[in-house]
Amino acid sequence: MAIDLRTVSITPLRQTFGHLARRMGADKPASRYIEATMDLQPVENYHYRPTWEPQYDIFDTTRTAITMKDWYALKDPRQYYYGTWTLARGRMQEVAEGDFDLVDELGLAAAYPPAGKADALEVFLPLRHVAWASNLNKAYVSSYGYGIAISQAACYASMDQLGVAQYVTRLGIAFDDLDALANAKSAWLEGAEWQELRRYVEDLMVEKDWFEVLVAQDFALEGLLYPLIYERYNEKLNAAYSPVFSMLTRFQREWFGETSKWLDAVLKAAGADNPDNKEQLATWMRKWRDRAVVALKPVAALAFGGEAEAVMAELVQNLNARAAKAGVAL
Amino acid sequence: MDMKVAKKLGLKERYSLMTRDLAWDTTYQPMDKVFPQTTYEGIKIHDWDKWEDPFRLTMDAYWKYQSEKERKLYAILDGFNQNNGHLSVTDARYINVLKLFLGSTPPLELMAARGFSMMGRQMNGAGPRVACQMQAVDEYRHFQTQIHSISNYNKYYNGMDEFAHQQSRMWYLSDGKSFFDDAITAGPFEFMVAIGFAFEYVLTNILFVPFISGAAYNGDMAAMTVGFSAQSDEARHMTLGLECIKFMLEQDPDNLPIVQRWIDKWTWRGTRKLASVGMMMDYMLPKRIMSFKEAWEMYVEENGGALFKDLARYGITIPKCFSQTIEEKEHVSHQSWIGFYMKPQATPFHTWIPTPDEMDWLSEKYPNTFDKYYRPVLEFFDAQEKAGNRFDNKTAPMNCQVCVSTMKFNEPGDPMEMCFRESIYNGEKFHTCSDHCKEIFDNEPEKYSQTFISSHQVLQGNCEPDGVDVNAPDFEPGRHMLDYWKLDKRALGDFNGSEDQKNFAAWREQATKN
Ligand SMILES: [Fe+2]
Ligand SMILES: [Fe+2]
Ligand SMILES: [Zn+2]
Repeated sequence: MAIDLRTVSITPLRQTFGHLARRMGADKPASRYIEATMDLQPVENYHYRPTWEPQYDIFDTTRTAITMKDWYALKDPRQYYYGTWTLARGRMQEVAEGDFDLVDELGLAAAYPPAGKADALEVFLPLRHVAWASNLNKAYVSSYGYGIAISQAACYASMDQLGVAQYVTRLGIAFDDLDALANAKSAWLEGAEWQELRRYVEDLMVEKDWFEVLVAQDFALEGLLYPLIYERYNEKLNAAYSPVFSMLTRFQREWFGETSKWLDAVLKAAGADNPDNKEQLATWMRKWRDRAVVALKPVAALAFGGEAEAVMAELVQNLNARAAKAGVAL
Repeated sequence: MDMKVAKKLGLKERYSLMTRDLAWDTTYQPMDKVFPQTTYEGIKIHDWDKWEDPFRLTMDAYWKYQSEKERKLYAILDGFNQNNGHLSVTDARYINVLKLFLGSTPPLELMAARGFSMMGRQMNGAGPRVACQMQAVDEYRHFQTQIHSISNYNKYYNGMDEFAHQQSRMWYLSDGKSFFDDAITAGPFEFMVAIGFAFEYVLTNILFVPFISGAAYNGDMAAMTVGFSAQSDEARHMTLGLECIKFMLEQDPDNLPIVQRWIDKWTWRGTRKLASVGMMMDYMLPKRIMSFKEAWEMYVEENGGALFKDLARYGITIPKCFSQTIEEKEHVSHQSWIGFYMKPQATPFHTWIPTPDEMDWLSEKYPNTFDKYYRPVLEFFDAQEKAGNRFDNKTAPMNCQVCVSTMKFNEPGDPMEMCFRESIYNGEKFHTCSDHCKEIFDNEPEKYSQTFISSHQVLQGNCEPDGVDVNAPDFEPGRHMLDYWKLDKRALGDFNGSEDQKNFAAWREQATKN
């Protein structure tokens, strides 16, 4: 039925939903992020206990040592709900597509100096498995985290890491076809340089406290790995050869810069809630930072040789500074 | 450089490189500790690599397609809202469909999101894990776009403002909640049969197509666009559910009886939820698409029948409840609407008696039942209402211990007799609405004895708003139900005389007069 409506202004009865008006302290329009996120997860009157973990409710605040007066304080400064997240990633993939096309068109990978190429692939390609582990560990946070603020952001980050694993795979294909991927997989499974890192991510796969997984995977490990490889190592390659690797890992660099903002806000909000949280975060951060350094040292050595120690030391300083900005002194 | 091999990769190999080849068997931690949930249900999987990827979508392609869809969707929503699109719906009764939808559907999409995230963590094959993760993030999309599309209606009409508060508290939303709570608390394989197969495959069309076409027929561009946009995701979800069934059945013959029991159980549980879709189609849409009975025949009897024929080669038989659902298709929508009509003070949407024309339509669509059983009841209520005596039943309903529906369904073969079943567990009596629900209860009494039945919980003082002292000497359970539910008084009662009715009429006149 087509009906012709004149533009008239009618006064709404209310500006937003009741749960959002109570949260905002006033009946005023809420953003789409707020509408898509706040207070939506059920918190009570569950019908049954999980047969797989009957000690818990379906959603249960005691699945982590962190406590919050308001779980929705763990909100996302990027204001990502599905629509804004997928639009942002849609733009990033368009740029990435352009980069891959250009490298292909101009034969930039083929023209890359063979020595540099072999070294670089040795460093980059096993990272597809690290991203795969990150996907799984973030899926854990998303599954068992409390409240939609954290669960959705972790879900998007988990899918992002699947994307990263696939971009690294494409990088391998662009440069050296399938053999390189197979070699990288054996290095990941057996190469001495990668075993501490593999142990690190596998240990996280059985860690039960979802917030600890978040700290260990996203803050400690990725907080060192991404600057180490996607920033510093790329800079080294750019200076020595050409910026092709930098181009084909642009997604990862942008992702890290952007996602760190989210993570830092989450850590800050958790620490600000109460002193016990702050102490717990500090304990986890120290523990996993030190383990991450052990895990990454051989990889850093592969990438930087004699300079590895110095580069790692600087990155640890930066990581500590990030913690300090989130209100946690390490 | 030799690019030949990679460029020649088929879609399947390429996708495998982008997913399964990323995975490895862990050695620093044992695999059964990394994936602890996939053995206790008794399903035997010998080779996860035999999983056939139901769709092959890498993340870059996913982002590309989905962001295009979102851009279009939100542009249409914005336009609809700016132009007061809500005034173009057929008549204000239609808006009650949205109230019913908002309370019942986004909260379940949210549970689907959380549940598929869990599957995306727990399935120990890389193929199913990725497919489940993709469905999880889609389900975030669904509940969010649904809320966003109805958000503007909430500004102008009553009864939508407290859906988030009501999702875990309202008596009539409890059946949907119990459905998803049941699935998510089951093991991962049962979840996949419950949601991936029974819900997404067998029942998804009859659950969603009526809402989408109903929106289209009744001038609601916003809900229609959201619905159509979600359907394109459902195509993927359906293939995942079906692949999961086939995979389990192909892996080991011992899986067959377990899968069959789950199919029987979840098809029935899903069917029980359809009563409200039926009343929406037959009573609430001012402009009808088709009758619930016709939709049932098309989407469930024909399509579902063909599906089960297809699965027969695996030894699967048609769900046991099928014959009962065929008998019920001529009754449930009427029983459901009458049930809600009788409780005008307990739902955030309005009810009403159909117009004489609408009753004639119902007679035509339900020649075996409407005039015989339901028209007389509705006409009686109508006369009572006109005499100033609008029916209002305040007694607490009795609920089925399994599906949590209020007891309103008839004894098979006897439309005049209400059906009850009873089981004893740990010396306690539990009531169910049907043979199928009783069987489900008797299979897992320790689970179903936990069901949160709000009418019982009210009596125990567990459904009170903050500030009510349940130990006070004058405590009277249930006196504060409207507060507990946060039910706006303006949202209650008959449609005739409601604020929605008056406002819509006034606004529409303002917008259409010259
Ligand atoms: Fe959905
Ligand atoms: Fe779905
Ligand atoms: Zn029942």
